[in-house]
Amino acid sequence: MAEHVTESIIEHRDVWIFIEQESGLINPVGFELLGEGRRLADDLGDKLVAVILGRDVDELAGDVFARGADKVIIVDDPVLKDYRTYPYRAGLVKLVEKYHPRILLMGATTLGRDLASAVATEVRTGLTADCTELGIDPETKLLTQTRPAFGGNVMATILCRLSRPQMSTVRPRVFKLPPADCDRAGELINETLAISEDEVPTKVLEFRAHTDHSDVEIETADVIVAGGRGLGGAEGFGLLRELADALGGEVAASRPPVEMGWVAVDRQIGQTGKTVRPKLYVAVGISGAVQHAVGMQGSDVIVAINKDPEAPIFKLATYGIVGNLFEVVPALIEALAGVERTSSDVSCEVVEEDG
Amino acid sequence: MNIVVCVKQVPDTTQVRIHAETNTLIREGIPSIVNPYDIHAVEAAVAVKESAGGRVTAITMGPPQAREALKEAISLGADDAVLISDRAFAGSDTLATGYILSEAIRKLHSESPVDLIICGKQSIDGDTAQVGPGIAQRLGFTQLTYVIKITEIDAPGRRIVVERQLERGHQVVEGRLPALLTVVKEMNEARYAPLPNLIKAAKYEPRLFDLAGLGLDRSQIGLKGSPTTVRRIFAPTPRAGGAIIADQSQTPAEAARLLVEKLQADRLL
Ligand SMILES: Cc1cc2nc3c(=O)[nH]c(=O)nc-3n(C[C@H](O)[C@H](O)[C@H](O)COP(=O)(O)OP(=O)(O)OC[C@H]3O[C@@H](n4cnc5c(N)ncnc54)[C@H](O)[C@@H]3O)c2cc1C
Repeated sequence: MAEHVTESIIEHRDVWIFIEQESGLINPVGFELLGEGRRLADDLGDKLVAVILGRDVDELAGDVFARGADKVIIVDDPVLKDYRTYPYRAGLVKLVEKYHPRILLMGATTLGRDLASAVATEVRTGLTADCTELGIDPETKLLTQTRPAFGGNVMATILCRLSRPQMSTVRPRVFKLPPADCDRAGELINETLAISEDEVPTKVLEFRAHTDHSDVEIETADVIVAGGRGLGGAEGFGLLRELADALGGEVAASRPPVEMGWVAVDRQIGQTGKTVRPKLYVAVGISGAVQHAVGMQGSDVIVAINKDPEAPIFKLATYGIVGNLFEVVPALIEALAGVERTSSDVSCEVVEEDG
Repeated sequence: MNIVVCVKQVPDTTQVRIHAETNTLIREGIPSIVNPYDIHAVEAAVAVKESAGGRVTAITMGPPQAREALKEAISLGADDAVLISDRAFAGSDTLATGYILSEAIRKLHSESPVDLIICGKQSIDGDTAQVGPGIAQRLGFTQLTYVIKITEIDAPGRRIVVERQLERGHQVVEGRLPALLTVVKEMNEARYAPLPNLIKAAKYEPRLFDLAGLGLDRSQIGLKGSPTTVRRIFAPTPRAGGAIIADQSQTPAEAARLLVEKLQADRLL
């Protein structure tokens, strides 16, 4: 069916990346998508275009060029100060209808998913959520979008043959952060949004940032440090909390610690608890029973620390350490204290080029 | 408050597998359940009814056996239920599904205006989180996703205040009614169905909406109305687990150092 793609009527071109920002801070997933988008655009002979919506966001263009964008489109408007579905959807739909991008990629964050669904519905196009792999089919030049389904037990490659743009969301840290080149320049375009505050059906009244780890939802955590019966008690979980802090993660558990009241019930991973897919899952003193495994086997990297070399968790583990957790965990906390953390913050001035 | 709650019958995804030779889904013998997030949506709808008055109508799109999911919604406190079913709906992706469900709600709305639609945040088989927002956009309802709490409903003032669960904290938002909410599991605890509800559910026959009854545009439904197509499905590469990087022959400090090196190489630190 690829013969009569709509490109014969309107020419759709370019790979667009929606740059998610809040209070002028870019979510690194936007940079990661620029890295991947660069590859796709080069494959297609397209330009890589970054789109930024917000208030007082002009300064962000430099960083976006540095990560590979050829063009940056900015919509700066007081109505866009806080993210809200209505004005962001209206703004992005307006741009899509004016410029006809071939591909539009967004982060699979709460914001990105909320917005992508609204935009795709409005422009009546296909949207593939949570892609883990993107590519260009050499024959049809269609975007191949691969994603897990059925709780990660199945992978599916999805195409959007006729409608444009081909839209996908991608979770944070699926793609690598491209290097920043502050000498790169590009074309900067300012667009406007004609929406009054009265039109917007929502108002943000308050934002309460998480202050306590117990508030943080483990399903969205990138790093999870989970403890099992091997921790021996609530004090063991104190040690685990220290490890989680050193790794920038959240604490979770297998079922026995929950049953014994060492941790709260909302921390349980597994068949009767939660299913998580973090970037890093550290299983400490957990044997790896199948009822536990179903809740965490989709994690990118699994570390297991267990004194029993025969524990089934080692079959799942990317990196296994056989040893006494009460010795290994403190050593690990100490080793991590000496590690410098990588950061995505590089700030580039806007270098403008004649459009 | 006239509330519509959307539920979906899904396979128990922990049991879905791919057939090694044919690369097709093995669905035989896999039990169907109500999407777990939707149970919380029903509970939220019933709680609104209990505090603000009104009616709760559960709707589902699916094959005839999806009426089981509606019976479960009735047992949990929904007043009515509608099965949206037609062979022509098979193969609908999220865009087409959003169209069909929004037209079904439009029909209910024409009988009695709908104030609130509640959906689970996503379904566990597709995990897309796209259908709720799709309905909101098509009906022009205020879209409020990832809701963990309804703080206030001011029916005469046509306002609702909710708390949304975002990555870095909770956002309190005021929105205009009518609104569509998608809810997270932490919103509430599902209650056990009381006996009278179970009895009602056992005998309950939902209304049926089909293609003709909804007057749908055939070009917007089923495979034909779906912009996305599945090119292929396959089993995920099995975990390359089993690598022991340190055992008892190393000191804990050595083991820790080896692990830190690996995690650094993986850009996890
Ligand atoms: C219907 C059903 C549903 C279930 N749902 C869940 C669920 O959702 N989640 C879940 O987790 N479980 C669930 N279970 C329970 C599951 O079957 C296991 O019993 C449970 O996961 C075991 O937890 P564990 O690994 O912490 O404990 P154990 O299996 O007792 O393992 C403890 C491990 O700690 C290690 N260890 C002990 N001391 C040390 C030390 N000092 N240093 C290093 N290692 C040490 C041991 O070698 C052992 O491997 C369910 C069971 C059933 C029947």
